[in-house]
Amino acid sequence: MKKYLTYLSIGILIGITLFKSEAASWFRIYEMFKFQSFHMYGIIGSALFLGIIFIQIIKRKNLKSFYKEAIIIPAKEKGFYRYFIGGSIFGLGWALAGACPGPMYVLLGAGFFNILVVTAFALLGTYLYGVFKNKLPH
Amino acid sequence: MNFILQPWPWYVSGPLIALGMFLLLLAGKTFGMSSNLRTMCSILGAGKKVKFFAFDWKAQKWNLTVVLGTIIGGFIAANLLSNNLSVAISAETISDLNALGFNSAGKAYLPTELFDVSQLSNLKTIIILAIGGILIGFGTRYAGGCTSGHAITGLSNLQLPSLIAVIGFFVGGLLMIHIIFPLIF
Repeated sequence: MKKYLTYLSIGILIGITLFKSEAASWFRIYEMFKFQSFHMYGIIGSALFLGIIFIQIIKRKNLKSFYKEAIIIPAKEKGFYRYFIGGSIFGLGWALAGACPGPMYVLLGAGFFNILVVTAFALLGTYLYGVFKNKLPH
Repeated sequence: MNFILQPWPWYVSGPLIALGMFLLLLAGKTFGMSSNLRTMCSILGAGKKVKFFAFDWKAQKWNLTVVLGTIIGGFIAANLLSNNLSVAISAETISDLNALGFNSAGKAYLPTELFDVSQLSNLKTIIILAIGGILIGFGTRYAGGCTSGHAITGLSNLQLPSLIAVIGFFVGGLLMIHIIFPLIF
């Protein structure tokens, strides 16, 4: 139970940040793809800069989790097509709907109920991937 | 206190997102939001027909809890931590969007032309949101991750597949905004 409170709190922190940073705003995504502001690049860049440092600290200091387990970051399997084609398909949707799978939930909490259409069809898209998975190049 | 109610600058938000990822790692989990869509498909019974969804979704309850947290976070941020929801995008962006018919640019958090509840009776809006959703769901699962799993966690972990995926995100995004938007709006 205590573990779940931890996950919930981290989710709340991430949710508040995604909303207040405006990374959950359709307008900021459009502006980013138009290269008309540094804002989104600053968010992703600074998160990445610190993220790299954090992960290096975990690896070099061999940090254990709060629950005394080893911290494992699963490596993505090698490949090109799935990442490039799948990534491009996601990019098309990200720019069109202006939300990725995190902000989707944040916007729901913020009271933008039309986002439920996006989420419902994202479930359909995920399902379609499962159906066609074996026919796609990976 | 006033600065909390203002939009947060990138140099506050970016580090906080990295902190969220770091705390999740310390809690023994990796930050990745799109896999929840697969979990939800499994909960809805997709595993009976498609093998990809036949897995023990209960092992993913932790991530659904993160989802619940982000919903609560969105509620708190919008209702308790904001005094003005309009997004101060650049003047150039506003005029580009006005030209496409988005008159709410610079005045709202999301374009009312797509996200006002009254738009749910507009077939074009529904189709746009639906296609966006399908592309997001299909693309993230095909690519094995989204902005959180690839652009934040994967790149932080210096993984080549994540770099390829993020380049893909931009190829798709640029195509949509620069080529397809002028055709549909």
